[in-house]
Amino acid sequence: MSGVHAPPRAPQTVRPARPPRLWPTVRALLRKELLVELRTLESVPGMSLFAVATFVLFHFALNRSSVEGDLAAGILWVTLLFAAILGVNRLFVADAEQGGFDGFLLAPVDRSAMFVSKVLTLLAFLVVLELVAVPAFALLLLGSPLPPALPGLLATLALGDVGVAVIGTLVAAMAVRTRARDLLGPLLALPLFVPIVIGGARATSPLLVAVHPGTPAIRWLLTLGLYDLLFGLIAYALFDFLLED
Amino acid sequence: MERTRPIVYGKGLRPLSIATVVAMAVSLSLVFFYAPLEAEQGFLQKIFYLHVPLAIVALCGFVLGGLLAIQHLRTRDPRWDMRSYVVIHMSLIFAVGTLITGSIWAKGSWGHWWVWSEPTLVSFLIVFLLYATYQPLRFAIEDPERQSRYASVFAITAGAFVPMNFIAVRLSTAYLHPRVLGSTSNLPGPMALTFVVSLAAISLLFATLCKYELTAKHTRAQIRALRRRLAGESAAAPPRARSAAPSLQHVTAMSARATGSSAP
Repeated sequence: MSGVHAPPRAPQTVRPARPPRLWPTVRALLRKELLVELRTLESVPGMSLFAVATFVLFHFALNRSSVEGDLAAGILWVTLLFAAILGVNRLFVADAEQGGFDGFLLAPVDRSAMFVSKVLTLLAFLVVLELVAVPAFALLLLGSPLPPALPGLLATLALGDVGVAVIGTLVAAMAVRTRARDLLGPLLALPLFVPIVIGGARATSPLLVAVHPGTPAIRWLLTLGLYDLLFGLIAYALFDFLLED
Repeated sequence: MERTRPIVYGKGLRPLSIATVVAMAVSLSLVFFYAPLEAEQGFLQKIFYLHVPLAIVALCGFVLGGLLAIQHLRTRDPRWDMRSYVVIHMSLIFAVGTLITGSIWAKGSWGHWWVWSEPTLVSFLIVFLLYATYQPLRFAIEDPERQSRYASVFAITAGAFVPMNFIAVRLSTAYLHPRVLGSTSNLPGPMALTFVVSLAAISLLFATLCKYELTAKHTRAQIRALRRRLAGESAAAPPRARSAAPSLQHVTAMSARATGSSAP
């Protein structure tokens, strides 16, 4: 994780007087990502529309006007994950096609900055997606009142989002420079998301019942937290190896 | 004049193969003639001596593939990538074996080919789906160096995912069906002995098959390098056909050149 623009493992001959620290770089990159998204509106509107359209599909596919409990939690999480995959697929496309990687690699900054900024970008996308998708879900399909479920739901979604953002960023970086990236991204991501679906849906389902809603079981939140921690560390450690050329 | 250096990968292949054959024979005889019939499931339970060792070995193989990939990223030696590839490849085959034997067992004892209440089986399906993308991922990257690097990143992530996935799936199964064994500790003696021998035999089988594949790949790369030398040192390396398997082409070419220069 050397911060110089020499090739890896080469002796560090030239070193800038004071290499930029991680956080200013992350902030600059994050600002760039969000600006690009605000100007092009390529990912988030598409993800949100996709989620709403999927709720409509579920209404007709299940032939139900309202859902509760397990079914509601499952529909919510699967829809959110599929919508997230749309964002994951697009996450690095501009960098790969328009020289963003090259520009970043030429800059004398810590490579991990790109990982951190991309995770935060994807996290921001997911939060906006959920700001649209969760109210839409409550309006269109949910048979139980949303407000009492909100605190638990927010906690579970936050934990799930971190996992999705971390794994999504790693998978996106892996898939973007392969020939079949649109196919490989989802194929790699879906099995890796299984623990998130298990933890998220099981934690959410007791919240989404009309009578006597419960609280998320602590073990599911722990599972999600463990997942976030484990894969956060692994992705952070491995991301540099995906950037080396 | 020394013609070629000895093929290192083939060393010990014969004793290992013989040991595997003997161990498999002993294990199968124990399974069929020594281990007692289980009271409830009868003869069907004997698939356990195949299913569980296959599962354990495949699982350890996936994790081992991740560890070898770590070594590859640390040393950048393509041979570690080759080992990681072969181990994952073989584990994938063993995982298919686990799925099939588990399915047969489920059909025999519960009447369904697939049961979601069996966490091992469900976990294996998920792990299988994940590792099934390993070869397409490699195949989709043309540059061999990048291919091996990305494959190692995948192998490490997936290797860590295997235990995580097992925890999550096991937590999610509301009830555990009465298992023939949760651990080997509650097995009666003869069954435990048979199980341990079966596990050893399957592990040996795994090691032998991996070694055969490594030897074959290494030999092929050596032959290719020697052919190129025969055609003349100046002959450019032929364009490598796109492949999901790592190649040792540049390594063996280098070593062949090194031995060639030592011999006049």
